[in-house]
Amino acid sequence: MTTIAIERRPGPPSVFAKTWAFVRRHVLAAYSILFFVYLLLPIAVVVVFSFNNPTGKFNYTWQGFTWDNWRYWDGVPGIRSAIFLSLEIALVASLVATALGTLIALALVRYNFRGRGSTNILIFLPLSTPEIVLGASLLTLFLNLNVVFGFWTILIAHIMFCISFAVVTIKARLVGFDRHLEEAAMDLGANEWKTFQKVTLPLTAPAILAALLLCFAISIDDFVVTYFNSGSKVTFPLFVWGAARIGAPPQVNVIGTAIFAVAVTAMLFNVLYQRRREVRA
Amino acid sequence: MFHRHRGLAPYLLLAPGVLFLVVFFAVPLGFLGYQSLQSGNIDFGYAFTWSWGNYWNAIHDYRAQFIRSLEYAGIATLLALVVSYPVAYWIAFRGGRWKNLLLLFIVAPFFVTYLIRTLAWETILSDNGFVVNTLQSLHVLGPSGRLLATSTAVVTGITYNFLPFMALPLYVSLEQIDARLIEAAEDLYASKLHAFLRVTLPLSLPGVVAGTLLTFIPAAGDFINAQLLGSPDNHMIGNVIQSKFLELTDYPAAAAMSFILMAGILLAVVLYARAVGTEQLTGTTA
Repeated sequence: MTTIAIERRPGPPSVFAKTWAFVRRHVLAAYSILFFVYLLLPIAVVVVFSFNNPTGKFNYTWQGFTWDNWRYWDGVPGIRSAIFLSLEIALVASLVATALGTLIALALVRYNFRGRGSTNILIFLPLSTPEIVLGASLLTLFLNLNVVFGFWTILIAHIMFCISFAVVTIKARLVGFDRHLEEAAMDLGANEWKTFQKVTLPLTAPAILAALLLCFAISIDDFVVTYFNSGSKVTFPLFVWGAARIGAPPQVNVIGTAIFAVAVTAMLFNVLYQRRREVRA
Repeated sequence: MFHRHRGLAPYLLLAPGVLFLVVFFAVPLGFLGYQSLQSGNIDFGYAFTWSWGNYWNAIHDYRAQFIRSLEYAGIATLLALVVSYPVAYWIAFRGGRWKNLLLLFIVAPFFVTYLIRTLAWETILSDNGFVVNTLQSLHVLGPSGRLLATSTAVVTGITYNFLPFMALPLYVSLEQIDARLIEAAEDLYASKLHAFLRVTLPLSLPGVVAGTLLTFIPAAGDFINAQLLGSPDNHMIGNVIQSKFLELTDYPAAAAMSFILMAGILLAVVLYARAVGTEQLTGTTA
């Protein structure tokens, strides 16, 4: 081995050295691409199997292409009402949680008051509690108070775990907010309400919208807490859980794909919009 | 008058949301504790009897599931860290104008319902799926070997499902690092490896800490992966809590287990915080 090293003269780098340099430069990129393949593989499976034409009740192996699952997306009993219940809960829960969260975020960022530390802890705790404990403790509350499980218990549960997410999202934006803009508005004769309406709200609107979307996404996806507090009501994730026990129909993949497509399109628009704003700035 | 109004303002803003959290988050935890010390059964009703025995029975009967939960969650967290650190690094330092798009890829799995994602893994790892077939033809797996219903499948599922919780905080902390610091280290004759170990890695620690906690906590309480990808031998404490509450209606035992799970996670987090330093935990070092 040593003789080879001695004989080598300075000159054009060997093929080996070139390859090594190339590998070294691109190993991180190559690894990242593999990582993204791994990340997106299950999604590809979900999308592909939404077009499967299973012969038995198990949608595990590829049998043949069909549009039928998409055409008859609600062809499975119970799936339509489950989707509508999920949408309804997600809509109301995200609106209420974001409203409550915005107020809390405003108080935390704007004011120095007694009890600020404990409020921060109260916001942080639900985020660091396992979902199963959140679900179980709400269940015991409702059980002990003899509350009837159903729409309202699910809604309360969803608002509860969404509030903290909303506060955190909006707070992050408000911290970087330039108070001088409000002072300027007041100097120019606007009263507090007018200032809030014309300056504060438009500037925080993107954060509020982000919180709204985040809450909606978390709510529509939630299984654990809902499972503990749903009674006999069935949301879409609960429907999937029930269906999985006897073999989930391909319609489940259709809805999964549809939710995914809507969410990714919304995110893509957001990314492109931000990019355009950066370019203009 | 004006001053009093200002003093009241933050409390008025807080009141509705905080009240909601107190009534539907804090008070229920109290009820969970109350329930965990009751005895009796669903037919004859439960009575509060300070029955600490629920806790001892839970630990005695389900020690294996408790330990398994912490073990699976720990391994999955470590795997997620190792797997996603290089990618977070790559996006932060080489992502350029594609950063946002690449981040979108990382959160993309979140947009497919959790249960459907896990069912997709069931398909991928299933006995006549291509992964098992490939591994069998490479003789990594025996001809009757399988992936589904093994601890490997459960840990893989957990790792996958909580990966964005790890990757995003890592990215955020790496992205904030001033590249000039790394250049300075290299100007001072640190090798690339040395510069990474002495500059980049320590500066990214807040992200590592946040990511580990965000992954470990939900992973330890999870029962979906064990249910769909594992066998009863892989059941975690979440599976037991779930079935005790919703199938066996043994509320006191289930409540006691929920509390032990919370205490176990808290203990793990405190020990971890001791090991890495509390400043890292709150992220106030910078």
